[in-house]
Amino acid sequence: MWPFHAPPSIRRRLTLQLLTGAAAMALVLFFIVYSFARQIGAESQDRILSASAASILDATTVQSGDISVDIPYSAFTMLDNSVDDRVFYRITQDGAGLTGYDDLPSARQDEGTHPAFDTVTYRGEELRIATLARRVSVGGTPIQIDVTIGQTRDAQADVLARILRMTVLLGLGFFAASALLAILAARSTAASLSRLAASVSRRGPQDLRPVEAEVPSEMRPLVTSLNSLIARLSAALTRTEDFIAEAAHRVRTPLATVRAHGENTLRRVSKEENRASLREMIRAIDESSRAAGQLLDHAMVSLRADQLELSPVDMRPLVADLVDRLRPVAELKDMDLRLDARADQQVMGDAILIQNAVRNLLDNAIKYAPPETPIEVTLTREGTSALLSIRDRGIGFPATGADALTGRFARGENATGVIGSGLGLTIADEVARAHGGTLAIANIEGGPGACVRLSIPLR
Amino acid sequence: MRAFVHSLALIFSALPGLAFEIEEQVHFPALNQTAELRVISTADADLFAPFVTAFQALNPGVAVEYYVVSSSEIMVALQDEGERFDLAISSAMDLQLKLANDGLALPYRSGATASLPEWARWRDRVFAFTQEPATIVLSRADFADMELPRTRQELITALRDNPDRFRERIGTYDVRESGLGYLFATQDGRTSETYWRLAQVMGGLQTQLYRGSSDMIEDVASGRIAVAYNVLGSYAQVREDLHDRIHIIAPEDFTTVMMRTVLIPANAEAPAEAGRFIDHLIETAWTEGGGRFAFPGITPARLSENASLRPIQLGPGLLIYLDRLKRRQFIEEWEAAMVQPG
Repeated sequence: MWPFHAPPSIRRRLTLQLLTGAAAMALVLFFIVYSFARQIGAESQDRILSASAASILDATTVQSGDISVDIPYSAFTMLDNSVDDRVFYRITQDGAGLTGYDDLPSARQDEGTHPAFDTVTYRGEELRIATLARRVSVGGTPIQIDVTIGQTRDAQADVLARILRMTVLLGLGFFAASALLAILAARSTAASLSRLAASVSRRGPQDLRPVEAEVPSEMRPLVTSLNSLIARLSAALTRTEDFIAEAAHRVRTPLATVRAHGENTLRRVSKEENRASLREMIRAIDESSRAAGQLLDHAMVSLRADQLELSPVDMRPLVADLVDRLRPVAELKDMDLRLDARADQQVMGDAILIQNAVRNLLDNAIKYAPPETPIEVTLTREGTSALLSIRDRGIGFPATGADALTGRFARGENATGVIGSGLGLTIADEVARAHGGTLAIANIEGGPGACVRLSIPLR
Repeated sequence: MRAFVHSLALIFSALPGLAFEIEEQVHFPALNQTAELRVISTADADLFAPFVTAFQALNPGVAVEYYVVSSSEIMVALQDEGERFDLAISSAMDLQLKLANDGLALPYRSGATASLPEWARWRDRVFAFTQEPATIVLSRADFADMELPRTRQELITALRDNPDRFRERIGTYDVRESGLGYLFATQDGRTSETYWRLAQVMGGLQTQLYRGSSDMIEDVASGRIAVAYNVLGSYAQVREDLHDRIHIIAPEDFTTVMMRTVLIPANAEAPAEAGRFIDHLIETAWTEGGGRFAFPGITPARLSENASLRPIQLGPGLLIYLDRLKRRQFIEEWEAAMVQPG
């Protein structure tokens, strides 16, 4: 439908349509003015011609039975003009030539004294002629006197040429002014579209608030549809998160019950092979429960990160509390969990999120590092950020694609022997990003072990 | 200068094949002739010769064949006979305008013609190159004992008071014979009723009728007549040998001023050379004035200085008195006044 290969542009189309309209109007203006001027020019020549003929008729008298025509000097001088048009005349008596140019045609006329006009070609030039008639009585006999005055149309052509030049200039000026207005109008229309596009594209990936840009009323339906889409998207996302949290919660509670029963049974069973099976069962329940917990964490992190509420957070008590709470778990594997936090570091953030991130990182370290190895936790300051680093002596991260591990449900190639959800690093990474910080993971140089560094800007 | 000019034919000779009446024919030869201009003119050959020789000095290859005729014979030659001429120069502005109006003149445009004011050209076909007043020439002998008339009214009074002195001793153009005389008379009649009173007085004193200004000037100088009315002032001025015997009066009530005009006839064979000649005439008239030549050039300043000068307008009004009926009426009226039985 669109004649050009380029994709249709509202601005270009609008400009083109307005320009076409302006050109058409300029043409119409030109023709109206020009034909009007032409008509006025022709009318004024006709008036002078008929006045000249009338003055000759007035000087026509009957003197002692003879027609006498005493052409007044002014009859021809009134026809004089700047370009010196040629003048011809003819006076007839009942159609027979009385004086003047005998071969000059006369304008056909009806009865009466109304002047008749005609345009004829005479002696190789276009001539405008006017014929006036009058009846006189010579000795009781009515005689018709016809006076025909002809004039070339050079003066009229000259005036028309001047008017034509002026009209062309007028039309061009009109077109130029309209074109300027058209371009401005198209630009301003396109500008409100660009403003809307910019206001939508400026927002972050998590921002699902309704669009509130100032738009013309014609674009309001678009914005309304857009907002309705955003609302539905937002609702669907919330429902999904809610579902996951609900599901994890519903799974975790019965699991706790099953685990309690399993431990009770383990105490009462004495046969070694049954005890082994039960321990395996309890461990699997623990993993499931932990995974459900992480899913819950993740859902919670996503939700809170979307609507982050910042408040001052003291990092040392937060980390120390977590280390204390997880020390018993570490001691189950005979691991030494050491905290080195000499000075407090205060950051702006969501304490629950940061807690979650740190707990998952510690959890990971305890789970993936071999028993009877130390885990060193240090809280320091690096530039304008608080830096928490967790070092273990475990197998470390796979050499390739350490950063890919922060993806959802991604697990290291070398972690196949350990049950895990793969959500821990993802949660920590999301929290770090939400606070404008970073999560960096690396292997310790020259020895086994991994180092995870969580950095959050200071207050 | 006269050495280059030699008369081929004399007054009233007619060449075979030419039906119009030639008064004089002069050939201006060129050494290495590349073109020949055939000029038909009302201006006396010896008065016009300086223009031709000056033109030939600038255009050495152009020979000029110069025919002197009366103004009405120009109409005969160009309109009725369709004779070939490259230039028509005439004092009868009305006839020149009629030729152009009837499509018998070629248009010509150049820098020189563009420099002319609008009133000095018509339709790029008729170009004025002189301004020549119609004057009254008086014999010094006859007016020695009386005050010189400065206006037509004073002339009427002088004639009426001394009928015996002026009877049969007044001269003017025969308007039936001379185109210029007719032009002067019609313009006079149009301008003032005084003309008709003067004509009545002149007619009562059996005025002599002439075909040309030169004869009138000669006759005043010789004492044959005492008053010549509507004489070309330029012809009288140039006769310095007669100035001790004549007075040249430009009437102060109004002085009709004729513009000598030139046009290129439609059947010209050397229109380019004719155009150059027109440029030459215009440039001479406008830049050098009447100083070097017999014909006074056009000086707009003179017109504005002297309010009594009435230049004849180059326009369609001139066609009026050429109308058959109008001319018949005018001649009848003129004859009734001017030609009275003695």
